[in-house]
Amino acid sequence: MIRTSRRTLLRTGAALAGASALGFPSIIRAQAEKIRIGHLTPLTGFLGVIGGYAQLGVKLAAEEINQSGGILGKQIDLLSEDSINPATAATKAQRMLEQDGAAVLLGEISSASSLTIMQVAERNKRVFFSTGARSDALRGKNCNKYSFHCDIPNTVMVNAVGTALSQKGMVKGKKFFTLTADYIFGHDLLKAAKTFFGAHDANLIGDELIATDVTDFSPYLLKVRQAKPDVVCCNLAGNQVTNLVKQYAEFGFPYPLVGFNLNTGDAWAAGAGNLSGTWPTVWYHTLNNPASQAFVTAFTRKYGKPPENHAWIEYVTLKLLAEAISTTKSTDSSELIAYFEKQAQFDIGKARKAYFRAWDHQLVQEAYPFTVKPKDQMKDQWDMLVLGDAVPAANDPLEQIYPTKEQNPCEMKA
Amino acid sequence: MQFEFLLEQVVNGLVLGGYYLLIALGLSLIFSVGGIVNLAHGAFYALGAYVCVELTRRLGFGASVVISPFAVALLGILFERFILRRFYTADPILSLLVTFGLAMVAEQAIRMIWGAAPVSTEIPQSFRGSVIVGDFLFSRYRLLILAVVAAILLGVWLLLQKTSFGRVVRAGIQRPDMVAALGIRLQPYMTAIVMLGVGMAALGGAFFAPITTVHPAMGAEIMTIAFVVVVIGGLGSFWGVVIAALLVGVVRGIAIHFEPAAGEASIYILMFLVLLLRPRGLLGERIEKFE
Repeated sequence: MIRTSRRTLLRTGAALAGASALGFPSIIRAQAEKIRIGHLTPLTGFLGVIGGYAQLGVKLAAEEINQSGGILGKQIDLLSEDSINPATAATKAQRMLEQDGAAVLLGEISSASSLTIMQVAERNKRVFFSTGARSDALRGKNCNKYSFHCDIPNTVMVNAVGTALSQKGMVKGKKFFTLTADYIFGHDLLKAAKTFFGAHDANLIGDELIATDVTDFSPYLLKVRQAKPDVVCCNLAGNQVTNLVKQYAEFGFPYPLVGFNLNTGDAWAAGAGNLSGTWPTVWYHTLNNPASQAFVTAFTRKYGKPPENHAWIEYVTLKLLAEAISTTKSTDSSELIAYFEKQAQFDIGKARKAYFRAWDHQLVQEAYPFTVKPKDQMKDQWDMLVLGDAVPAANDPLEQIYPTKEQNPCEMKA
Repeated sequence: MQFEFLLEQVVNGLVLGGYYLLIALGLSLIFSVGGIVNLAHGAFYALGAYVCVELTRRLGFGASVVISPFAVALLGILFERFILRRFYTADPILSLLVTFGLAMVAEQAIRMIWGAAPVSTEIPQSFRGSVIVGDFLFSRYRLLILAVVAAILLGVWLLLQKTSFGRVVRAGIQRPDMVAALGIRLQPYMTAIVMLGVGMAALGGAFFAPITTVHPAMGAEIMTIAFVVVVIGGLGSFWGVVIAALLVGVVRGIAIHFEPAAGEASIYILMFLVLLLRPRGLLGERIEKFE
């Protein structure tokens, strides 16, 4: 008995050894031929809807890159997961770098989760592209050398909408009531809004901090009416925006509703008859630019619906990362950082090229205010918005609408 | 002025409570009669909303908000006949597991049919805007919901108190063995109760579709508050659930008026206090089979 089992054991051992001799090198070779990219974005919760678009965008970019031969002859292996919440996001980011062998990290929409991933990136000395988080603090007091920020920050959104509102005479001397998402992003946006109101002689007469899981806004709307403002301003996020917009239309208040944050996904979810007002955006699928339109065509063909702004930002981020890896011929984080800090210019499908600003790693690019189309002029359910002119205006420097070093100081440790 | 504002929040809370009631009452009835904690109840709420949005594109909102709950109630027959029925006498943990699993299946099914992105619909123009009565402001649409909820409440109460159907159901809650000894099969009654319960949840979903985000996880969202209402109200008590739903709406409104940050926590504090003072809920009856 013993002899038999020992023989079996030996045979098994030999088989295993043989398998590893034959099999492992090929596995190692397969890994060496791929560039693994760790992607995290919220697919559930109040940001899950726009996170879904983000994932479609990054997948399309990876597919296109791989079909055209990959980067330096290597295929991209995209590992995309639900970031769920800040704590889980950090755990998954650590696992992706440590166990899955991700060369870089990319993604996220929640500013709170982005912050924890930024810390993981710094600890592991690996680059992280925060694609959709907008809190100024991430580029300011929480900044670090390994984190790059692709979406427009809160200050830019406030400036984009604020400028458009000023032109309509809706700011100076007006009473504002704000509704703010109660987490880092909302707090940060409110701070930027207060700075803007202060600089433009507007009065903030009331603010409500609202938990991210609130779906019924009626008690808050009663407080808005009790305050009798001139303008109501939405600093909410994700599904909150959709719910507010729908219920605001339901109550039919006379005060115009504007907002410093809106993603086209939230606008679509709110529906054509409910949305009104002036809002900011980083990109919209009707933007008249050949590169943007090529992306819209490819995305629509693949998924049967037009891309949302998070799909676009993820798409262009992976594309510019691929360009950087090709140019530097490296996936090494320190070489990539050195390259981006030279403020290399990238075509991101807008009139002007974009670049990562060296001192805070912010992707400096155009932004747009938009208003809502009258319902009878919409071609389809996606054609809801009218883009305003890009800000800053064509002759002004791009950085004009971004926070300055004094406004949002960032000190990166070497 | 401050007092009027507060009163306005109280009245608004009552309206909101009426809507919570649509979801919680069915949950409570199904538990009281069948002994099943239906974790899939939220799925029927979500289905009600989705079916309503889908039908609105063809038939308009008015017809859809009526048809959708009936369509979902028919689905409730299948749910009771092929799933719940096997678990009335089984270990409660099994029915918890099966309804929990079903809730996930339903959410994924919605995702597969309608996609992960929210679908949208809007209130008919005639119900938009608000009505000002004296110093109070009401959303016209929510007043409509309140009127419908009041009518349904009256109907369900009459059904349970004044009909032979109701007598059997009430007897079934307390003494199912006695009902059986009298030669009455409870199963057809249970089918009717499940139909009624999920139909009301679907009506809640249909009514709220135009004023909230209609997305696959909306069923899970509503379940927490529905459970809070049932727990506060107490099992087996019709009026307990009614009072609890209204109380939850009002307490949340008052909390948001004075201390917005405590708005969402307030209903859990209320639940905690009620359970501390009355572990069986406000008007909860002693139900022998659950003791």
